[in-house]
Amino acid sequence: MGLLLAALLVLSFGVAAKLQPQFIEWRGSRADGDMLKVLLGESSKLFANEFFVKADSYYHSGFYPGIFDNNEAFKTAHMAEDTGAVSSRNHGEEASFMGPPRNWIDAFGRHFLPDRHTHLDTGGASDDLSSSDEVREILPWLKLSTDLDPQNVQNYTVTAYWLRERMHKPDAAHEVLLEGLQENPGSCDILFELGRLYVESDHDTNRAVNVWNAAVRNWRPIEGSEDAVIANNFIYEKVTTQLGETACDAGHWQQGIDWFEKATLVSRTPEALQQLIAEARQQMPGSAFVPARAVR
Amino acid sequence: MRNIIAVAGVVIKELYRRKDFYVLFIVTVLICLVMGSVNIFNDDKIVRYLKELCLLLVWISSLVIAITTTARQIPAERENRTLLPLLAKPLSRLQLVLGKFFGCWFACGLTLLCFYVFFGALSASREHHWPLMNYFQAATLHWFALGIIVAMALLGSLVFAAPSSNSTICFVVVGGILLVGRHLDKVALPLPEPARSVLLAVYYAIPHLEFFDARDLIIHNWPLIHWQYFMLAIVYAVAYTAVFLTGASLVFRRQAVN
Repeated sequence: MGLLLAALLVLSFGVAAKLQPQFIEWRGSRADGDMLKVLLGESSKLFANEFFVKADSYYHSGFYPGIFDNNEAFKTAHMAEDTGAVSSRNHGEEASFMGPPRNWIDAFGRHFLPDRHTHLDTGGASDDLSSSDEVREILPWLKLSTDLDPQNVQNYTVTAYWLRERMHKPDAAHEVLLEGLQENPGSCDILFELGRLYVESDHDTNRAVNVWNAAVRNWRPIEGSEDAVIANNFIYEKVTTQLGETACDAGHWQQGIDWFEKATLVSRTPEALQQLIAEARQQMPGSAFVPARAVR
Repeated sequence: MRNIIAVAGVVIKELYRRKDFYVLFIVTVLICLVMGSVNIFNDDKIVRYLKELCLLLVWISSLVIAITTTARQIPAERENRTLLPLLAKPLSRLQLVLGKFFGCWFACGLTLLCFYVFFGALSASREHHWPLMNYFQAATLHWFALGIIVAMALLGSLVFAAPSSNSTICFVVVGGILLVGRHLDKVALPLPEPARSVLLAVYYAIPHLEFFDARDLIIHNWPLIHWQYFMLAIVYAVAYTAVFLTGASLVFRRQAVN
């Protein structure tokens, strides 16, 4: 009996030692030490999106549509839209998603809910512009969303933008973006935000141009839903426009025009870019008319 | 009145002898302290997620205490065969119902006081200010909502066979009202008749407990609720509590004691 037990133990140990390396390499393995992944598995992405929406709800100090309300004006998270790096899908009036009161119960109940459209970066419920750093309150939910879905690049770009813009923590923003690049190598959205950080916080234009060039090299047209195509084109337009403006600022007018023309190919509002091209042409040496004002 | 107070006193003593409150309070404190120790970009002023979590736990704990404590009151008296001697004393059935109600409600008030003091201390440790009137409004509304729930559970304890079934039904009803009660009319509108009228009738008949849930207002530092609406909500709660208590005393009057 004792011998049999010993043999079974040796067999178990041998099988475990044989399978352990394969289990660690297996893509479906949950043994990577992350408790949330172990608990939730692939469903973590669903929760990640919920937490991203929760962060946007905090950005509005709780004044946010639920599943029974009209959310046409909240299709794209406002906290992401306000970074200027995300194409908006929002329509309609954001302040009145509740509509007029439907009955006395609804009217009375609204006195016990947040009742005004505000953004945390402009003071939130207190309307105190000096407390715009309260936008920090969205960060726990974004961090949780990032942990649950590291492939959602918006988590990194939105977190980094607000860390840099309102909380004046460019180093933390830089770390977030590098972490995002590790998880999503070559992501145009993250490279675009990284370039903005180099220009606006570090005042290092050369480094930013290098990063934006990398973004352009990594960009590929995609096929799929209309929203996905628009978002993909939008980031290409933003990167090429930034490169064009930077080139014009440096006096490289023809290079700038080339970038603007590339942006025009995917832009939904090419008129504004045509205007930039016309202004750059006027600034070029040998042009008949040279206005005193710079392009930007 | 003395009889009612005597019965209520026994219920309150029962609450602090049982472990329910202590366990729930310690679990709430521990979860909040662990979550509060999480480092988020080295910023120690981030507090609203912690306030939300704490208030969610306070609401869950208070509902558990209110419903489970109330649901077992009269069935326990019946099971222990103490109901008959109680009513043999100069104590009417209405007084017993009222005594049980006030005992459970005041016990809930005491637990809420502890929970909200902890909540205030937790948020003050990060925000460095005490919006006391906002906390007063939120806690008072919460307490009056528990009044409706206690009265509802008391009525349920006389209608349903066992405390467990009563507790389950109360949890489902209260959870349903808190989550979708406000939107039932919107859900009803596209429905065909007679489902539409039935759902609208339910919408108007149920006690709208969401009026008393002021969590979003204190989490996000919104201004005070206008006092006139605050008082109207209290009147609304008292009216629904009275309806359930009247129902309970009517049912109890027709029931056999043994």
